[in-house]
Amino acid sequence: MRLILKNGVVFEGESFGASKSIAGEVVFNTGMVGYPEAFTDPSYAGQILVCTYPLVGNYGVPHKKAWESDKVQIAGLVVSEYSENYSHRTAKQSLADLLKKSRVPAITGVDTRALTKQLREHGVMPGVLTNSKEVAKFADPNKENLVARVSPKKKMVYGKGRFRLVVVDCGIKENIIRSLTRADTTIIRVPWDYDFTREKYDALILGNGPGDPTMCKATIEHVKKAMADGKPVLGICLGNQLLALAAGASTYKLKYGHRSQNQPCVETNTNRCYITSQNHGYAVNGKTLPVGWEEWFVNANDGSNEGIRHKSNKWRSVQFHPEAAPGPMDTMWIFDEFLEQIRV
Amino acid sequence: MNKPKKVLLFGSGGLKIGQAGEFDYSGSQAIKAFKEEDIRVVLMNPNIATVQTDRGLADTVYFLPLTEEFATQVIQKERPDAIALSFGGQTALNLGLALEKNGVLKKYGVRVLGTPVSVIRDTEDRDLFVRRLTEIQVKTARSYAAKNMSGALKAAGKIGYPLMIRSGFALGGQGSGVMNSRSELQKKLPEVFRSTSQVLIEENLVGWKEVEYEVVRDSADNCVIVCNMENIDPMGIHTGESMVVAPSQTLTNEEYHSLREIAIRTIRHLGIVGECNIQYALNPTVAAGAGAKAANVDYRVIEVNARLSRSSALASKATGYPLAFVAAKLALGYTLPELKNSVTKQTTACFEPALDYLVLKLPRWDINKFENAQFKIGTEMKSVGEVMAIGRSFEEVFQKALRMLSIGADGFVAQRNGALDVPDYLDEIREATTRRVFALANALENGVSVEKISELSNIDKWFLEKMKNIVALGKRIRSSKKLDATLMREAKQKGFSDRQLATLKKTTEANIRTLRKKLKVLPSIKQIDTLAGEFPAETNYLYLTYHGTEHDVKRGKNQIAVLGSGPYAIGSSVEFDWSCVQALKTLSARGWGTIMINSNPETVSTDYDMSDRLYFDELSLERVLDIVEFENPKGVIVSTGGQIPNNLALLLHKSRVKILGTSPENIDRAENRHTFSALLDKLKINQPAWAEVGSPEAAAGAAEKIGYPALVRPSYVLSGAAMKVAPDKESLLKFLKRAADVSPDHPVVISKFIENAREIEIDGVAQKGKLVVYAITEHIENAGTHSGDATVVLPPQRTYLETIRGAQEITKSVLKELHITGPFNIQFIARENNLQVIELNVRASRSFPFVSKATGYNFAELSVRAMLGENIEGQYRTLDLDYVAVKSPQFSYGRIKGADPRTRVEMASTGEVACFGDSYGEALLKSMLAAGFRLPHKNVLVSLGQEENKQKLLPSLHLLSALKFKLYATEHTADFLTIHDIPCEKVYKIRTEKSPNVSQLLENGTLDLIINIPTRIFVGENTDGFIIRRRAVDMNIPLITNRQLAEAFVAALAEHEHKSDGLKPKSWSEYRSG
Repeated sequence: MRLILKNGVVFEGESFGASKSIAGEVVFNTGMVGYPEAFTDPSYAGQILVCTYPLVGNYGVPHKKAWESDKVQIAGLVVSEYSENYSHRTAKQSLADLLKKSRVPAITGVDTRALTKQLREHGVMPGVLTNSKEVAKFADPNKENLVARVSPKKKMVYGKGRFRLVVVDCGIKENIIRSLTRADTTIIRVPWDYDFTREKYDALILGNGPGDPTMCKATIEHVKKAMADGKPVLGICLGNQLLALAAGASTYKLKYGHRSQNQPCVETNTNRCYITSQNHGYAVNGKTLPVGWEEWFVNANDGSNEGIRHKSNKWRSVQFHPEAAPGPMDTMWIFDEFLEQIRV
Repeated sequence: MNKPKKVLLFGSGGLKIGQAGEFDYSGSQAIKAFKEEDIRVVLMNPNIATVQTDRGLADTVYFLPLTEEFATQVIQKERPDAIALSFGGQTALNLGLALEKNGVLKKYGVRVLGTPVSVIRDTEDRDLFVRRLTEIQVKTARSYAAKNMSGALKAAGKIGYPLMIRSGFALGGQGSGVMNSRSELQKKLPEVFRSTSQVLIEENLVGWKEVEYEVVRDSADNCVIVCNMENIDPMGIHTGESMVVAPSQTLTNEEYHSLREIAIRTIRHLGIVGECNIQYALNPTVAAGAGAKAANVDYRVIEVNARLSRSSALASKATGYPLAFVAAKLALGYTLPELKNSVTKQTTACFEPALDYLVLKLPRWDINKFENAQFKIGTEMKSVGEVMAIGRSFEEVFQKALRMLSIGADGFVAQRNGALDVPDYLDEIREATTRRVFALANALENGVSVEKISELSNIDKWFLEKMKNIVALGKRIRSSKKLDATLMREAKQKGFSDRQLATLKKTTEANIRTLRKKLKVLPSIKQIDTLAGEFPAETNYLYLTYHGTEHDVKRGKNQIAVLGSGPYAIGSSVEFDWSCVQALKTLSARGWGTIMINSNPETVSTDYDMSDRLYFDELSLERVLDIVEFENPKGVIVSTGGQIPNNLALLLHKSRVKILGTSPENIDRAENRHTFSALLDKLKINQPAWAEVGSPEAAAGAAEKIGYPALVRPSYVLSGAAMKVAPDKESLLKFLKRAADVSPDHPVVISKFIENAREIEIDGVAQKGKLVVYAITEHIENAGTHSGDATVVLPPQRTYLETIRGAQEITKSVLKELHITGPFNIQFIARENNLQVIELNVRASRSFPFVSKATGYNFAELSVRAMLGENIEGQYRTLDLDYVAVKSPQFSYGRIKGADPRTRVEMASTGEVACFGDSYGEALLKSMLAAGFRLPHKNVLVSLGQEENKQKLLPSLHLLSALKFKLYATEHTADFLTIHDIPCEKVYKIRTEKSPNVSQLLENGTLDLIINIPTRIFVGENTDGFIIRRRAVDMNIPLITNRQLAEAFVAALAEHEHKSDGLKPKSWSEYRSG
């Protein structure tokens, strides 16, 4: 099997997933643990994921209820060494079995460090994972509305708590839902373009999702309306970008994104530094925030925006993943703090 | 930030099991971090072989014992305003706690940097620790602290057997173990209480996964995990005895991050500032009920070490994160976001390294250097060193690491060394021994299932499957018709060396190398950059892997490579790392690019700022050639890293690698017994008679001719000691039958053992065969004690000038004959002015740092300059000094259960210390105290063996008596003392069961010195003498077993008693400036 990058560089290896060809955007993630969570994260829709940690598959795949969505979301997978044998009390199947069943191709035996350096130097780029000798047909998934592809088709409601939370599902990770599920919350999970402003609700949560945030025009309009209605808002990942766009700021595409579990983010008012889990290719341009808004977090490595908040209203969002899964749980307090605000 | 002006730093003293070279790394990094802030640093550390005690690092160095008395005097004299306790292991921490407790720190206004003392106490005292963790709902092993026997037995009743016992305030798990019954516990307790006041009785977690996290926290409460590590050997095997992999391999995201969250919660709650580690037991089978997500992870916190540790040195080398340096900055009050990642130089230190490789640490044992020692491993640490392998698959790092150990293993399989066969492999898997890893290989080769092995060992199946892959591939290669490119690549990716492939294909290593290059199966050079390639990094930290298609770096320019020492082992320790570091510094100062190759994570030579390129890889011919072929350095230095690089000299030379200094042919002439002997004959230099023979009978014949006692050295050792003195034919044959395989292929060397002779050594540097600088040292102990175990004096106190002159002449003629350029060490036996040469090393010796620091001339630096062709001739004053320096061995017998703690021809010490004095006596006493000895105050037990010992020690015994010591003596010794009017109390031998008995005396804890000279010098004995010596070690009673040392000690003690100024706390520079 071969991975062909759009710049012409080719990596050869062995197939261990579905035997089919796929085109996608090639991105890398530096996390060392948590592949079942990552591979089922809808934010990876349309992407061929490169794991920089060389050994993948060690502990198999757990039951579906521990996943971040109900299926494998990555378009394709590239690893240095797939571990044929797996061992863990929670394992229900091997990673290869899951990938085959999910019709997701995967390649092992690749110098993933050399590949990562390509992506770091040239930026993420389209690529094709293929077994055939045919000329590769590249595709840029960001030209497509990926959110529409992964978002659910209808509204779902969980819980019977007195605080009603609208959660916009643009491809949300299950652990955000789990993190918001409390005795006193009701979760109204709606499709990306659903007009939730007609619902009776206490707060709005904008979850993560794939692709270019400017594609989500309908969502942005609804968010503007929620803000006009004075509803508290919490955004996560894509939600950070949607809130920024609704506020009037702009977004841009990062050269190679942040996909890792070790991103240091400094909270601007306390100077405290948190280690965060991230998966995003687009970012908010902090300089374009309108009056009344401020950067909440910034990345300690590259200075990029990691969160925004409004100075007087209860509108805030983070670019990283406080719900972790995979990754560090240092910022779980963001959920508690937000819910506390609503309860007051 | 309230930065101190002057900081006192404690080192860790002599290397011992559980506390090795890693603290030279952490201490020297701390000094650099402090110096960068213009803080004056006062260092107290008697370990003279360390880099941290070098000139140009700390402002003032004290080679003094790390005791309350000396530390108090240094504080009085230096008046530091702060003290750093976390860079010198448990020794420094305990000393700091004592100084805080006795009020010295408060009295002199010394503040403790970093983690506050109250927090250290919370982590060290088990009850406090459990209480603090319970406050934040963090689970600890069920555990009770007991201060006496009845308390311990009561606690045991509550927990039930089997249970674990551990002693509080101990390094490396000393005094710990699994107790299966009440009677076993009753037997163990008195011994444990002797070295600690607190024993912990704990729930048995044997078989749980053992996981460790290295945590860094600043005073602003930022907290990050630098590395997590998983022990392949689960709970029940001390982490220092375990195979350890980083990052963890079998933990899920939930497990990894739940434990990470608990680590951060715990460290924040405790309030640690700087670096610490937290160890967990993780239940691999049973989930702890439903509920909150983290509750799916069933764990116990085992301990928190609020200081840099062996694990943190490993974590630092595993990730490239400069833990000790950062910890020192945090102790000064910096916050993590204020510090830069010194690897990328553009990202912050407040992050968690992402690895795109894995590392494996394997422990190195040297149990066979000890008589009667047990090979079982468990909850107490016995290993003396470790190696770390870096690669991109488990199989690769596993086979690499096994070779790095330098114990004769070619990898996991395809061994040429039959001694690695473990016939009773299932037994040694069930009850782990130091050979368990080879037992695993044997089991897998014999088709034992992974399930069965996992059941016996509790090792996770994932690791065993990987090991099985190696075995299976080995078989496939053996039966393959042709080693084609695909199979070759697979083999290399699974860690097979060219030599293993040669064994499997019945050809030579060179042939495999040629074929491999023809097939274009070549390793890639990869960088360790802490961020898995996410950001560009100018890192110099490199390794080789076959899981790659490109190099990360380009060939360097104008470089010289230095080969390191490999794992610490008995006889090869921090001294060689010191010489390597000097070589790097010397080359660098002269504008050379430096390449360091080493495999030992406990070293300073592998620090990120020591070389221009660090290849953390194997010191094998194959790997060194790989690196040299890529880098094409101007030369390679093999003479500073001890025997491992020295052994590569000729092989590299034959592969057309330029070796600096003495020509490899001449190195070989000195190494080869036959050619060296012929050389001495040619130069008319005396040597002890010897013979090399191919059968036990011929050995007996040779010994008869040469005369007993004979020194026996088999070339193929099956078990136990590699060297022994045989007093007669019977014991010679017995030894050869039991311990060795003697055949024409594996000959044995018999040489004359010279009794009642003195040993002297010359260390020096030569250039083009001419002696330039040398230092002559004298052993206090007579020949028969290995030079590494001897107490060494410089300048010599008892050697005749004529003897010194004779030794010089011999040295000069040997240097000339071998045309030596660079370092050398030559050892002599002197008896009545008659000198015989017993050994020549054409490399820096163990004593290089000692002679360099004692004389003030850096012999290692001079060696390198000589090798570079600089003229180093000059006036070097090394004999006529205004002070005396004494080097003492540091033993770790407390760790090696069952070993007889007496010195022999085989080396047993794990480290060394050295101190200075205005007199020989002062230097000797300080040096012995620095090695853990305590001066006696009242009760001394003497047991002197042969008549000759008694006669010769009579003046010393009179002195002891005059000094008002109460003497106890065993039967014959007591009679002898009575005859000579020395009052003493007679005690009966243990087996007589008569009272007063030696055993009562040993148990009641009143003895503060035992002088026990073995009755039969050469023969192992399971007698009273052995029991007395062993009990002395187990009960922590100072012990002297050598007659010459006893004499010297008593004389020094008498001198000390008569002088008022005592043992002076003078710094190194005060001695050197006179």
